Amino acid sequence: MRAPGESFPAAAHHELANPQLRANLANATTTIRTKRARVVEELPDWQALRDAGSAIKADVMANLDTYLLEFEAALTAAGATVHWARDGAEACAVVAQVARAHGAQEVVKVKSLATDEIELNRSLAQEGIHALETDFAELILQLDGDWSSHILVPAIHRNRTEIRDLFRRTIAPGIESDEPAVLAEAARLHLRERFLEAKVGVSGANFGVARTGTLCVVESEGNGRMCTTLPPVLVTIIGIEKLVPTLADLEVFLQLLPRSATGERMNPYTSLWTGVSDGDGPQELHVVLLDNGRTRVLADEIGRQALHCIRCSACLNVCPVYSRTGGHAYGSVYPGPIGAILTPQLIGIENAPSLPFASSLCGACYEVCPVKIDIPRVLLHLRARAVDTVGGRGERSAMRAAAWVFARGSRLRAAQRLGRIAQRLLLSGGVIRRLPPPLSAWTRTRDLRPLAPRGFVEERGERE
Amino acid sequence: MSEARDQILARVRGAIAQTPRPAAAPRAYRRADPRGQAELIEQFCERVGDYRAEVQRVRADRVADAIRTAAQRHRAQRLAVAPGLPQRWTAGCGLQLVPDDGLAVRELDTLDGVISGASVAIAETGTIVLSGAPHEGRRLLSLVPDLHICVVEHQQVVGLLPQALERLHGAVSDERRPLTFISGPSATSDIELQRVEGVHGPRRLVVIVTQEPS
Repeated sequence: MRAPGESFPAAAHHELANPQLRANLANATTTIRTKRARVVEELPDWQALRDAGSAIKADVMANLDTYLLEFEAALTAAGATVHWARDGAEACAVVAQVARAHGAQEVVKVKSLATDEIELNRSLAQEGIHALETDFAELILQLDGDWSSHILVPAIHRNRTEIRDLFRRTIAPGIESDEPAVLAEAARLHLRERFLEAKVGVSGANFGVARTGTLCVVESEGNGRMCTTLPPVLVTIIGIEKLVPTLADLEVFLQLLPRSATGERMNPYTSLWTGVSDGDGPQELHVVLLDNGRTRVLADEIGRQALHCIRCSACLNVCPVYSRTGGHAYGSVYPGPIGAILTPQLIGIENAPSLPFASSLCGACYEVCPVKIDIPRVLLHLRARAVDTVGGRGERSAMRAAAWVFARGSRLRAAQRLGRIAQRLLLSGGVIRRLPPPLSAWTRTRDLRPLAPRGFVEERGERE
Repeated sequence: MSEARDQILARVRGAIAQTPRPAAAPRAYRRADPRGQAELIEQFCERVGDYRAEVQRVRADRVADAIRTAAQRHRAQRLAVAPGLPQRWTAGCGLQLVPDDGLAVRELDTLDGVISGASVAIAETGTIVLSGAPHEGRRLLSLVPDLHICVVEHQQVVGLLPQALERLHGAVSDERRPLTFISGPSATSDIELQRVEGVHGPRRLVVIVTQEPS
């Protein structure tokens, strides 16, 4: 996964300047929030399900080596070939190798964050293999060279007219209407032939069952079912943290995920498959177990709960920061609160030091998280690590200087006198909008109140 | 690649070496449903309807009639049927039935619809679950045609998702059969979050529920 191109505050600045984006986002996040609240309210045992989900994931992390080996053995027994990938390059190489072995110039893809994270499409393109995105939103982004801004609704920043115009330029010349049903029909027609022709499918997985080797994909459109059943060969890439111990554990997550994600009682399609089934679906199955930074996250006792994430995106929709800046400002495949704790840990805090600060610490994300990830706690933990690792030299010397000034009343009074004279040059409209460097870092995102004409100490001195 | 395997496992072990074994997961959520069958079927039908699927309750000996009228409503003439579909469900329905004895996908794509049974249905979520049994057929059978008519039997309806998974446990762990959970027709909400039924899977789903055990 690439590091964000610029810091969160800088990126947020231009995203906030786009009124269309802000309107689309406000509308979308409010709608999903309301739907989610309604279907969560319906379940009398929601908190018990969250408790179970959280505990099952903690168990998976604490025994991950055992579960991985169990998963590998079950898959192999069920006729699948298991590959281990330390990083994205190794995972991409497996897909390329399988595609080449079957003479496939194109693979059909289910929407998968893991494959976005490892930039599979770009990597396959370098090998001359086209990865066709078949999720409706992912197709839109692929056609336009754009990228996702939401875990679940990747094209949340696009409205219907923009999509109609894009389709007119690309897959559906002459399309007039911008009705969602018409646009969906255009995508259906465009992809149907490609599904029927495909030799190799590529998917991620929402869950992998260690005991049985079962893989699970949760989706809405049916493109996931197409990609995992029509092509004779299937490659499934799964992060090593996605395991659950037994089939019965899915009873918890298959209730938590759809209600938290799309705010539905259940999503239209959930597929489970266990290796290769005779005469039904792909007769060759490759499963890639992906590390790509996950073991690094696992090593941090506080931060590792980020690996419990089931990618529902509820935390994005309730976040006051995300719902204004959108996903692009995070510069990461994983945006929003979960991205702010996951991305810096996956790629190293030194490569994304501003992300743990992209939060007001209001705690809404923790309350909606279906597996109870304490995001605010991890944010604070990572902020401390960010300061230790990359920043803080300037801040430390400023604090030392402040300590020296505050140690004596005479020094403080002298500093205040000096400040009152100097600020005359900086005042505009009664506030200071810009300080000279290095203090400009403070005023880049804030206005500063000027020093009062008389300080507290001076006032008190006169009254006595 | 085995080098990658060893290294990942070593990293995992290093990362969790100091982690105490967590307590068993608490399972205070509902795993049984005290309601009677009539109430479950009532809720199942209501919730299938919420997904904008069509749902019909019929006497067990009237399934063929229900299938015929559903097919006519959708102007479907030629329908694929799962190889082990009970004959009584389609006897005298007057439709052109094409049994799936390994139909090519392209052939399947030219048919108007498909008729299948189910394994379990979940009342609380309005979900039907197929498990690749002979009366359900291969996975792509209920995927490629644009109309899916699914017959759910009275006794197949359970209250909760955990109960459904429990019933299917053996099918997965012993027989390695694939499971497909279907909740309404295929849909997308990718355009301005407006739900549109039907993208790649069947755009129309008709669920026929029998009123008494058959």
